[in-house]
Amino acid sequence: MERENKYEAVIGLETHVELSTVTKMFCGCRLSFGEEKNKFTCPVCLGHPGSLPVTNWKAVEYAIKIALALNCKVNKYTIFHRKNYFYPDMAKNYQISQYDIPLSSSGYLDVDMGNYTRRVGITRVHMEEDTGKLVHTGVTGRISESKATIVDYNRSGTPLIEIVTEPDIRSPEEAREYLIALRNLILFLDVSDCSMEEGSMRCDANVSVREKNSSKIGTKTEIKNLNSFKFLQKGLEYEIKRQIKVVESGDKVIQQTRHYDSKTGTTKAMRSKEEAQDYRYFPEPDLVPICLEDETIETIRKTIPELPLAKARRFKERYGLSAEDSRFLANNMEIADYFEECCRYYDNPKNIANWIMGDFSALLNKEKIAIKESKITPCNMCKMLEMVDKGKISSRMAKSVFEEMFTTGKGPEKIITERGLEQVSDESILESIIDEVIKENPGPVEQFREGKEKAMSFLIGQVMAKTKGKANPQLANKIIRKKIV
Amino acid sequence: MKNYNLYNFTANELNKKLLKKEITCTEITTDVITRIEEIEDRLNSFINIEKEKALSTAREVDRLIARGEKICDLTGIPVAIKDNICTEGIKTTCASRMLEDYVPGYDATVIKKLKGCNYVMIGKANMDEFAMGSSNESSYFGPVKNPWDTTRVPGGSSGGPAASVAAGEAICALGTDTGGSIRQPAALCGVVGFKPTYGMVSRYGAVAFASSLDQIGSITKDVEDCASMLNVICGYDKNDSTSINMDAPDYKSFLIPDIKGLKIGIPEELMVEGIAPEVKEKVLYVIKLAEDMGAKVEEVSIPGLKHALSVYCIISSSEASSNLARFDGVRYGYRDTEAQTLREMYRKTRTKGFGDEVKRRIIIGTYCLSAGYYDAYYEKAQKVRTLIVNDFKKAFSKFDVLLSPTSPTTAFRIGEKIEDPLTMYLSDICTLPANIAGLPAVSIPAGLSEEGLPIGVQIIGNILREDNVLRVAYSLEKAIGFDKKPGL
Repeated sequence: MERENKYEAVIGLETHVELSTVTKMFCGCRLSFGEEKNKFTCPVCLGHPGSLPVTNWKAVEYAIKIALALNCKVNKYTIFHRKNYFYPDMAKNYQISQYDIPLSSSGYLDVDMGNYTRRVGITRVHMEEDTGKLVHTGVTGRISESKATIVDYNRSGTPLIEIVTEPDIRSPEEAREYLIALRNLILFLDVSDCSMEEGSMRCDANVSVREKNSSKIGTKTEIKNLNSFKFLQKGLEYEIKRQIKVVESGDKVIQQTRHYDSKTGTTKAMRSKEEAQDYRYFPEPDLVPICLEDETIETIRKTIPELPLAKARRFKERYGLSAEDSRFLANNMEIADYFEECCRYYDNPKNIANWIMGDFSALLNKEKIAIKESKITPCNMCKMLEMVDKGKISSRMAKSVFEEMFTTGKGPEKIITERGLEQVSDESILESIIDEVIKENPGPVEQFREGKEKAMSFLIGQVMAKTKGKANPQLANKIIRKKIV
Repeated sequence: MKNYNLYNFTANELNKKLLKKEITCTEITTDVITRIEEIEDRLNSFINIEKEKALSTAREVDRLIARGEKICDLTGIPVAIKDNICTEGIKTTCASRMLEDYVPGYDATVIKKLKGCNYVMIGKANMDEFAMGSSNESSYFGPVKNPWDTTRVPGGSSGGPAASVAAGEAICALGTDTGGSIRQPAALCGVVGFKPTYGMVSRYGAVAFASSLDQIGSITKDVEDCASMLNVICGYDKNDSTSINMDAPDYKSFLIPDIKGLKIGIPEELMVEGIAPEVKEKVLYVIKLAEDMGAKVEEVSIPGLKHALSVYCIISSSEASSNLARFDGVRYGYRDTEAQTLREMYRKTRTKGFGDEVKRRIIIGTYCLSAGYYDAYYEKAQKVRTLIVNDFKKAFSKFDVLLSPTSPTTAFRIGEKIEDPLTMYLSDICTLPANIAGLPAVSIPAGLSEEGLPIGVQIIGNILREDNVLRVAYSLEKAIGFDKKPGL
């Protein structure tokens, strides 16, 4: 631990995000996931001779939206390049990508680390097309154990953007938080589903170590196959320790690409820099440059909603929530919207926040559904909170009413009436019941008069029993005291 | 009444006969097929002859005409299609072993357009492999022979289209032109070959050789047929991003037999070394004709042309190396089945699937794009390309068209240059500048050499000035009065 404290990590991330357009980047085929193999293909995305690409403008618009949300400068003149390499998942054996004139550059994303904010520089956001998928036959699906490999080109040509950061990230936790923040941001923009399990968001990490306070950057390695937030953090943790060990032992870190193995939690060398491919980039002659007007960029900018960080700040100020609660609510657009709609009906934001983060989230997680799919409308939720405030139901009852609202979608009044749960808060009714209780329990009454507070609980219990739990306990307490003191 | 030798007519002449109901489309098609059967074994113009399909289309067109439906110039006209233009359900081989059995699942845009006017596809014409060559000797299916002398080459890469039109095996043909592949064989076979402005004809469905240079064009017997072809094939296509978004004009309206006052420039760089004396003589003769008709002819220097061949070699090979990467045996085409690993399959498939000339260009192109060489070759070539474009702009500020030989020599003997690629590349020296600058250019026959071989002159226009090119070509064609036919 001692020696690890001597060093710091320098991390940069490359993230690929598939855009959720209706059609592919350069042809009219529909995007699909988990459908019959090679169903959504055409001469263009299969790389058939004579076919030509045509840029999907919607994908360009989505990419610009992401670039702007990441505070990037969008270049008004941008071109596509061909990245040449042979692999069977590449239909043309070149990928249409961007090289030295990308869509955008020089942005940043502020990552809230709780007690500090890390500003991560964004080197560039560029557009490209995704490859097909190799499916290895056999039970294990591993290449070493399969007799044949099938190529599925459904994914071939899916619009993809690459987001490259500056080496500004200093720890695996920061890397993880950056990726979560990036995902939340893109989800807010509604341009990708950012699913790491389904591979619509993928991340590679470049990492090196150096002595703290040093300004030079050490030799880096690139880690691949970091396909979850957890693996990103674990992979980096392992790799940083490995590099420190190498440096401490007097050796040099070799520049290479390493593969993260989630089973062992280790990284293994894939290829070194000497074996690095020469992609022979050159401008794609089948496409014309994209020239953007200021007006176009501004129109797209206007479609960007309030982003998580700004929203959290606003929640904190406007609703007086804690920083942590604000962040929780603001990181998910649907939850944030739900929260704010509730605030329109009911004037206790803290109470709303507690319910959303507590019981509501628990139920949503259990059923694995999103808040907007839930049957509880903000209006009904607020009605219920008001009923608790006004003493119409107890908070204990509220929990069970809420659960029924969640399963059935019924309004709280209806549930309370149906179940006869409404508290008896009518003093005249309560007084006659309490008179009975006092008459039937002289002992406890006497005890209470002698100062035993516990006796009061017993008396209230009796009132509750006679009203089948519907009596308002606070009110009952008040009346008993009035009558016997 | 039986009509003989319909194959000798132009599309416009046949169209008039069809309109007058003197002949039927079936008669034309049958006549052309008979001609093919008679001489094809001496020429080898076709890779695939679509006899049955052509006849059934012809019968259909006859019914259509009988119903009184509207027909256009190319309705019912037998057209040969260069075998690098995709035809749905019909093999498109690019004259390569790699695509020997490849059947496209779609029609090229130009084919859709031709189908739209009910043309008759007579067959897929032979060519240099992947359109790489100037003699049609690199075809996997054997060389095409020149109808004027079957010991000689027809030129290339559209050797099949040019030879078939010259010999009456087709009335018109579609070719592709990357550095002269339409114009040079047209010149060597004594027919008219037109390469339109880059972007005027959709490239969708033409198997790419060099994307920034490739252009589909026509090979016809005369300039009028050429305008008829352009009227069908030109126009914007949303499937080709490099296609020009404008309505195509009526090219026939440019067929004006008058060039009085037009300014014609003679690029001196295209009239010097390497041009055979009799070719030069013929060009001077045509210049004289132009002057007689009242055109103003002057020499002009286009200094950038000195570097045109180098620029062309680098750019075309670089783009080709990437365009041809998709032929790997994975999805379609030839696959070596002995290979045990992926790398081995790639290597063996491409080693056996491609011929020498194609491999030579892939290697050159790969080299030019490689790290450490890119700046010195590809990037520099692009810069010089811009200089050439600017030189042409300057020339066209003074001249309406430029006139030059199409090919430095007449048709050479089969085998004469095949072992010497550099000499072969010089065959395109006069034609490739138009591709570099994206200009429209045509080759028309100017007469025969002493040996009886055709000589062509080339007319180059400014971008989108097909009007000037067609007008000059039409006028000169009338003045030259070339009416010879190969004696097959």
